[in-house]
Amino acid sequence: MDSFKNVTSIVTPLDKVNVDTDQIVPKQFLKLIQKSGFGKFLFFDWRYDENENKKPDFVLNDSKYDGSKILVTGDNFGCGSSREHAVWALLDYGFSVIIAPSFADIFFSNCFKNGILPISLDEKTVEKLQQETRPIEVDLEKQTIKTLSEEISFEIDPHKKKILLEGLDDIAQTLQYEDEITEFEKNSKIPSVL
Amino acid sequence: MNIVEKILARASGKSKVSPDDVVFANVDKVMMHDVSGPGVIKVFDKLQKQGISVDKLWDSTKVWVAEDHFVPSAEKVSAENIVKLSNFTKRYGIEKHFKYGMGQYGICHTISHEEAMVMPGDVYVGGDSHTNTTGALGAFACGLGHTDVAYVLLNGKIWFKVPETFYFKLNGKLPDHVMAKDFILKIIGDIGTDGGAYRTMQFGGSGIDEMSVQSRLTMCNMTTEAGAKNGIVEPDQKVFDYLTRRGATNLNLIKGDSDAEYEKIFEYEGSELEPVVAKPFSPENISVVREAPSVELDKCYIGSCTGAKYEDLEAAAKILKGRKVKIRTEILPAAISIYQRAMENGLLKIFLDAGVTVGPPTCGACCGAHMGVLAKDEICISTTNRNFPGRMGHIESQTYLSSPLVAAASAVTGKITDPRDLK
Repeated sequence: MDSFKNVTSIVTPLDKVNVDTDQIVPKQFLKLIQKSGFGKFLFFDWRYDENENKKPDFVLNDSKYDGSKILVTGDNFGCGSSREHAVWALLDYGFSVIIAPSFADIFFSNCFKNGILPISLDEKTVEKLQQETRPIEVDLEKQTIKTLSEEISFEIDPHKKKILLEGLDDIAQTLQYEDEITEFEKNSKIPSVL
Repeated sequence: MNIVEKILARASGKSKVSPDDVVFANVDKVMMHDVSGPGVIKVFDKLQKQGISVDKLWDSTKVWVAEDHFVPSAEKVSAENIVKLSNFTKRYGIEKHFKYGMGQYGICHTISHEEAMVMPGDVYVGGDSHTNTTGALGAFACGLGHTDVAYVLLNGKIWFKVPETFYFKLNGKLPDHVMAKDFILKIIGDIGTDGGAYRTMQFGGSGIDEMSVQSRLTMCNMTTEAGAKNGIVEPDQKVFDYLTRRGATNLNLIKGDSDAEYEKIFEYEGSELEPVVAKPFSPENISVVREAPSVELDKCYIGSCTGAKYEDLEAAAKILKGRKVKIRTEILPAAISIYQRAMENGLLKIFLDAGVTVGPPTCGACCGAHMGVLAKDEICISTTNRNFPGRMGHIESQTYLSSPLVAAASAVTGKITDPRDLK
């Protein structure tokens, strides 16, 4: 996994709550397993009509958001099916930061496995960022989001921060601690369940 | 400690854990299926390219594999995925691979209890979000993404943050016309689709004690729709009997301590609950059936891990016996063992006499894969667990989620119908 670099980009506002992974990648694409190329299926049913023509009123089809790396969206983003394809599609499309008031659990965890930074902020701040038309800068090291007018800080678990900054996946991460794990295994006496 | 804390403490070799502790837990069972499996295989390929050995799994006897989403193979890509999955289980010597066309197979969450794959007190993870279902047997059961499943296959353990627990107490048994599905939908309506986020949803009280194991499975299945990490019921004699009948031995009926702590307790009176539906396009969009919109239904779908266990088919049969369906109706038993019992006990005849199409076990149209997906503007009543836009087919189709009793009654009238109002 590539290490996470600071991101400066305009934001793509997706003003919807409870966006589920069926919307992020519809089921017909689940059979495919290459990790790259999923970007074209991202939000497929929202982006394209039945003849696969772009729907002009959907935000991703508005050229002013071309090249955006930051998606700013509503509460409980990524709920529903555990499909990791959802994260692959967002990443392949070009998003590396997702900002929302909250995320669904499995989706949140899948983001870190693939190098996407999910940031939870309070609803008011998220609404404000959705209206931001100028580029913003996300600095993971400092845990800040800079707009032209202010600096917003965000929380992240230190372990997850390290994973992204160093581009480790969990397996690589664990291999770093092989000795400690062996030690843990040797010493742990696992009591039987009462 | 409550039951989840006790399971996670045991699995991580600690004497005590508390909510928000991060634990490195040994996994007892791991599952993948024909969608998550090929994803996991892809992760293995990538690891191998990075020089990480994937020659051996941590313990192939603790891994099991289901074929459910796109089977019997819906088209050539899914057929190839089944071949990949079969090559994988052969290569690693995984014996518990439930293959379609070779005896018992079915939806992974149904196989987990029909085949007693998971025991009370287990840490059980699977590459599917409804892995929560199996918490009804008293296990800590939750879903993972592909990368996490790959990690567990190689290492046999995984990190968890110990969740806070919401305790849902049901006082008194549910009335005959109300099913576990109505109760869990009511809860999701009350707390919202993120109301249980990152938490355990535990069910207890005299109403849950009275409930069958299969009904408890329905409850735990849809904790996923409330965003929960897992759902759980403390195992009792019913769980013991259920698993013992299916060949399990050495069961350990783990329970929480009497001074166990819960973040919040919610109480419900069984006698006050009513049949409900979740209207499009969210499982939290709840209406009492008698106040539901009067829409002309096009289809009825009785299937999935949520709504096609044996008990669900029995409920549908109670309604459909001697009646005819007015709209297209499909019933897909969730596993071959259920299909067989339905045949032996005359349920299939009732369904066929009523005009129903009976299909093979599969996730099928629940996830919009195949076997009766919805066209534009079609409206379906379904015993499944999700009704997001396009979930069962066209983005402009609509799904109402209900219990099997309500679905079958609605199939008879063509409108959303309370089973008590059926003539």
